[in-house]
This record gives sequence, structure tokens and C-alpha cells, in this order.
Amino acid sequence: MINKLVPSLAEAVNGVKDGSVIMISGFGEAGSPIELIHALIDQGAKDLTIVSNNTGSGHVGIASLIEHRRVRKMICSFPRTTNSVVFPELYSQGEIELELVPQGTLAERIRAGGAGIPAFYTPTSVGTPLEEGKETRVFDGQTYLMEHGIKADFSLVKCEAADRYGNLVYNKTARNFGPIMCTAAETTIVQARGMVELGELDPEAVVTPGIFVQRIVEINHPLDESKLVSENWRYPWN
Amino acid sequence: MELDKNKAGWSKEQMAQNVALDIPDGSYVNLGIGMPELVAGFVPEGREVIYHTENGLLGMGPEPEEGKEDPELINAGKKYVTAIQGACYFHHADSFTMIRGRHIDVCVLGAYEVSERGDLANWSTGKPGAVPAVGGAMDLVAGVRNIFVITKHITKQGKPKIVQNCQLPLTGKGVVKRIYTNLAILEVTQEGLVVNKMAPGLGFDELQEHTDAPLTMASSSKKSR
Repeated sequence: MINKLVPSLAEAVNGVKDGSVIMISGFGEAGSPIELIHALIDQGAKDLTIVSNNTGSGHVGIASLIEHRRVRKMICSFPRTTNSVVFPELYSQGEIELELVPQGTLAERIRAGGAGIPAFYTPTSVGTPLEEGKETRVFDGQTYLMEHGIKADFSLVKCEAADRYGNLVYNKTARNFGPIMCTAAETTIVQARGMVELGELDPEAVVTPGIFVQRIVEINHPLDESKLVSENWRYPWN
Repeated sequence: MELDKNKAGWSKEQMAQNVALDIPDGSYVNLGIGMPELVAGFVPEGREVIYHTENGLLGMGPEPEEGKEDPELINAGKKYVTAIQGACYFHHADSFTMIRGRHIDVCVLGAYEVSERGDLANWSTGKPGAVPAVGGAMDLVAGVRNIFVITKHITKQGKPKIVQNCQLPLTGKGVVKRIYTNLAILEVTQEGLVVNKMAPGLGFDELQEHTDAPLTMASSSKKSR
């Protein structure tokens, strides 16, 4: 019998090794799997490369993972937001690496990684400081840059509903990077707001086919990150 | 010549209205964060425009009423928004397929500097030590057919923002089609910047004085309005 549901957060993040590449879904708070990130902090893996659009807010979620010095390198498009304090400080001290990637290039690199495409050409960032060191090629008179696909050891993704086969649907703009990150990892770990029976998800409306998902943990009432940030919470809870 | 810097000419709202008038019915539009967002409030009656936000929503509506905010329904600036009837959600690779694949008709962006060739600098102030952050700006300028810039004509310090050559790190090269400032509407052409329209009460010489790049008048706007 196939059942990808695991009983606890600790089991969901079991086996993450030091030095892993980990993709984390979310655009700011929307779609960020905060419970899985906190479980990863408890699990203890370090020297991680994190692929995520942002670097977290306050002292919870990704920001807390960074604050606990588990992250060697961030690959992201927008490493500072209104409430982002941890990353900017470590970055200015030279204590964390940053690979800055335009958002659409980041999305396509993840999509390519998941689709078995090692590299592709894009017009984005031609003629800018971000083209430095990249191979270029002209197609039909226009210059393009070669960008590499990204693959991960693990992806941590938040979704709305899942069945035991790993079929997923998402909620509104919390979908963002989730579906492509599910495709690009050796092991995709999902936190679902609710589990449903097989057949309850309309096969025409499944967003992530179950083949891309390895483990699911059910978190019915995920934390509200912006509330935690405004109330100045820190993980582990102070 | 005295020009009361940023107060002169059109207001922010009038600038946004100037942009809105140039967006055809049926357009798919991406609005940048800040002043570009004002454009949505000035769509002329009878026109239907669909807003794209790159974090995965086509059919973005206005801000929600107080108490109806949903942390999982936000725009690219991470502000709470709504979805119109007929909206759809999608993941980031599809969202940037719409952008890079040239399916979005118009994108309105702010700027630090725009050059006479349409080079745009709007992502980095180039200050050493600052954390660089680019978001979707470079993808938008590389992929959207019509890049409109909405910006004050000069900086708070009185420096021209419309220049011969950008000094700040570029977002894209030769990407801007039209510039809407508080003083004028400028078209980027092969022959340089052409003045489509000037704010009421402003003379060409005065406009040129506050612009680093050379300007020429469009033949139809030579007459005073």
C-alpha cells in the first residue's frame, strides 16, 4: 500500500544531511512551510544551501534557520524585506553567501532541474551586472544567457490539501514556488493543511501529481508568520 | 530658471492617469510596486484591463476591506489584495512564462534612472555593502512588450533622472518604450527621446534644462496646448 503520510514533523525531516541543498516554498509568508522549517532546526542539519525566494522575516522560519547558522549559502531573488533582519546582518559581516538570481530565472532554473534539463538560455539580465561570468549565445539576433537548472536533495513545501498518494492542491498565491520545487528534489516533503481521501481531489484540478511527493505531514493549523514576527517571537520558543 | 523641483507639473495621480489612458482595452498588465500601483485607479470607463502579479495571480483586484485580509492572497509587493471574478492562480514558472514568453502587454515600473536609449536602472542604488535584491524586475523588462516608466523627472536632490547614460547598475538595456514624469511624456526612439506631451505651463527649454539627455519635440506637440 502507498501511504506517504508520516506521523510527525520529526519523521518528515528525518535524514537531512549536513551540506544538503534544500528548496523551501513560499513568497514571503505565503506558502512558507514554517512548521517543517522549525522541525529542520530541531533536526540539526547544517552547512545547508537554501533555495527560496526570500530570506525570512523576524526570528522565525527561514530567518531562524539562518540565525542558528545552519545555512552556508542562500540562492534567492529578494533577500531583504521589511522585516528581514537576520540575513542582512550576517551578509554584511561576510558570514553567509548569496547567489542573487532574478525571480523568473530562479523559477525556470527550478523547473528545468525538475524536468531533467541541465541548462537553458534566457534574455533576462543580459547587459546587467548579473550576466557576469555567464555564457552568452545569439539566437535570431538577440543575445541570451545560459542558466543552469537547479536540483535539490530535499524540498520543503506547504500545500492546502493532499491525499495519501501525494496529489496536492494549493491555496491562492501561496502556490508560488511549491509545484516546481516538488519536481526538483530527490525527496519532497510536504506539509498539508488537510489530508483527504483518494478520489476527493478532482483529477482535473490536481496541481502537483503525487509522483513528485515522497513524504507528507498534516498540519491543520499552521502558524501565522506575520503575527509571530509582529509579536517578536523567536524559534525555538523563548 | 526656478522650478519647484518635484511639486511642478502633474501630480502623482495625473501621472498615473496619463499612463492609464495609454493602456488599450483588453490589455494584460503588470504594475510595479509604489507609484505604478496608482495606475489601476484611472482605467477609463469602458476599458477592461487584467492585472498580473508575478507571484501567481491573473485578475488581481483592489485591496481587501478591513478584516478581510488573507495572508495567502498577496501581490508581488507582499501587500494584501483581492482576486476578481474570473481570476486564476498559477505557479511561478507559469507566471514567468507569461512574462518572458511575451504574453503580458504592458508593464509599468518605477525608475532610479532611464537613459535616452531606454536603458533602465531601478533595482540597485549601487551602494557598497547594501544587500542586493532584484526580484522580478529583470525578467519583466526582458519579456514584456511595452515597458512604461513612471517617475519624478528629477531626484529629491534635484538631479535629472532622465540621462544620457545610466550611472547605476542596469535592470535592462534598451528596454523602456515610454517615460511618464511629472513634467512630460517622453517616447524612446531610435533618434533619442521625443517629447509627446508637456505638463501645462512648462516650456521646452525649461524641460530640457532638467533633463540630462537631449530632447526633441514630436511634430504634433509643437503647438502649445
